[in-house]
Amino acid sequence: MGVSHSAAVHRMEIFGGLDSPMHRLDARTKALVTVAFIATVMSFPRYELSALTPFFLYPFALVALSGVPPGFILKKLLIAAPFALCIGLFNPLLDRQPVFLAGGFAVAGGWLSFGSILLRFALTVSAALTLLACTGMSRLCAGLERLGLPKVLAVQLLFLYRYIFVIADEALRMRRGLELRSSGGRSPSPRVYGSLVGHLLLRAMDRAQRIYSAMLARGFNGDMPTLQPARLHGPDIAFAGGWLAFFVLARCWNLADHLGRLLTGVRP
Amino acid sequence: MHMADALISPAVGGAMWAASAGLLGYCGRKVRLALDDRLVPMMGVLGAFIFAAQMINFSIPATGSSGHLGGGLILAILLGPEAAFLVIASVLTVQALFFADGGLLALGCNIWNLGFYPAFIAYPFIYRPLAGGGSNRKRAWIAAMVAAVVGLQLGAASVVLETTWSGISALPFATFLLLMQPIHLAIGVVEGLATTAVIAFVARARPEALEMSGGALAKSVSPRPVLTGLLLVTVLVGGVLSWFASTQPDGLEWSIAKVTGQGEVEAGAGLHEELAKIQEKTAFLPDYGFKTAAPEKATDSTGRVGRTVAGLVGGLLVLALAGLVGYGLSKRRRAV
Repeated sequence: MGVSHSAAVHRMEIFGGLDSPMHRLDARTKALVTVAFIATVMSFPRYELSALTPFFLYPFALVALSGVPPGFILKKLLIAAPFALCIGLFNPLLDRQPVFLAGGFAVAGGWLSFGSILLRFALTVSAALTLLACTGMSRLCAGLERLGLPKVLAVQLLFLYRYIFVIADEALRMRRGLELRSSGGRSPSPRVYGSLVGHLLLRAMDRAQRIYSAMLARGFNGDMPTLQPARLHGPDIAFAGGWLAFFVLARCWNLADHLGRLLTGVRP
Repeated sequence: MHMADALISPAVGGAMWAASAGLLGYCGRKVRLALDDRLVPMMGVLGAFIFAAQMINFSIPATGSSGHLGGGLILAILLGPEAAFLVIASVLTVQALFFADGGLLALGCNIWNLGFYPAFIAYPFIYRPLAGGGSNRKRAWIAAMVAAVVGLQLGAASVVLETTWSGISALPFATFLLLMQPIHLAIGVVEGLATTAVIAFVARARPEALEMSGGALAKSVSPRPVLTGLLLVTVLVGGVLSWFASTQPDGLEWSIAKVTGQGEVEAGAGLHEELAKIQEKTAFLPDYGFKTAAPEKATDSTGRVGRTVAGLVGGLLVLALAGLVGYGLSKRRRAV
């Protein structure tokens, strides 16, 4: 979490508030289809490569139809990459069983599973990011609550989201002050850190108290009311049905392989 | 130690989702029963505080490096286990959604690894007895240090188990464990340092701020039905989903046997085999996935090479097609 993170949250919020056919879909539909997507992608065996490629259609289509800039999703994808990359890189090192490719080339099985991990990573992360970017946090929370998320947690998510900016600003001001006083030098000792972050904590708690009083004055009773129709419409059902059918199709038949065979004329 | 979706199988992800969801439901009910509206904004703001506190680093004495607060333990100390678990879950959800720090399928694992151990193990069983009333600063310091280290060690071990069970990474169990535990020992010490530094300051500046955790959630909800339900759902989800997944059922069974030291899964083995047989029969392209690169298959017949080429060509083409469809859709959208 840094300055750039705070800005990223802000941009995400802007995209979440756009209007497009994808934004107009019910949050529940999008959340369920996205979860089904991720589960399908992750259910492939570990060496699978080509059968995964048709699944890129889902994030691509969602991004295209929602008007969220693809560069934004791509950048976040690259920022998040190191962890999967690090663990995945052990595969080529440890799994050295040769697998034969075209023209007699042999490659360690680990490279295939590494490639598979990278594909899975790109698919799952872009799907999750797109879900939020074309739904928006408040609509997503309301949708999840209707799907059975405990109310306390839904309210907690909304509160957390609302106050990230406020408290982060506070922390940024403190950090800037500290950098000025220490001429931009090294990080503070644990003792100084304790008092700095302790102050941040006390300020945050005071703010919570003020928020609570303000909310009581406005009639807060522990609920966050939302203005959203509870019914699913035609487009929602078509969206869910269409994509789920596609996932099943692409899971059962290797579409890429079939297309390749059709074009190269190789008979199985 | 946020786990990514790319390393998790649906069976493991689903089972951990079920476990975390059950615990979240229990915590939610308990917090609601507390009937203390004050807790609602407090939890939200403290979640935001965890994000903000991670912007400020401190230098670790006697090393050249710096660290920052993780958050699980301090939340448990401030809010008590149930409310803290909810806050940790919300922080992890926001991280997953906004920063792709850990994925959606892995969210259940992450909530469990980073929330359950600090809130329900390290805080009640280590921090509270060791720290006593919190008046003795040295005791509180030691308590936070031990609790943070133990919480992170348990979490790291859990990451290793879940990764091994998923069978997507080729890292063997022991190697991964040897890799993770020492790293998280260091992270645990940093976490303990940061937690005590902040708690010690608050205890001096405003001791009453630390008293929220005690009384607010005194009313109890019996955990037994929740636990039973949890166990049932976990077994069910694990069993059903692994039918779809079973990338490496042997790995899973092997680790369970290794960890528990007994054949607890024996009862299920027959069913599992049956399901595996069904799966083999229903698989459309059984030898496509390069699963067995056994020597006799290495004699590359033209058919095999051809199929690989076909897969390669098809894969690239489909990727291009998907991109084209996306491009076309966005063009159409702009035209409208």
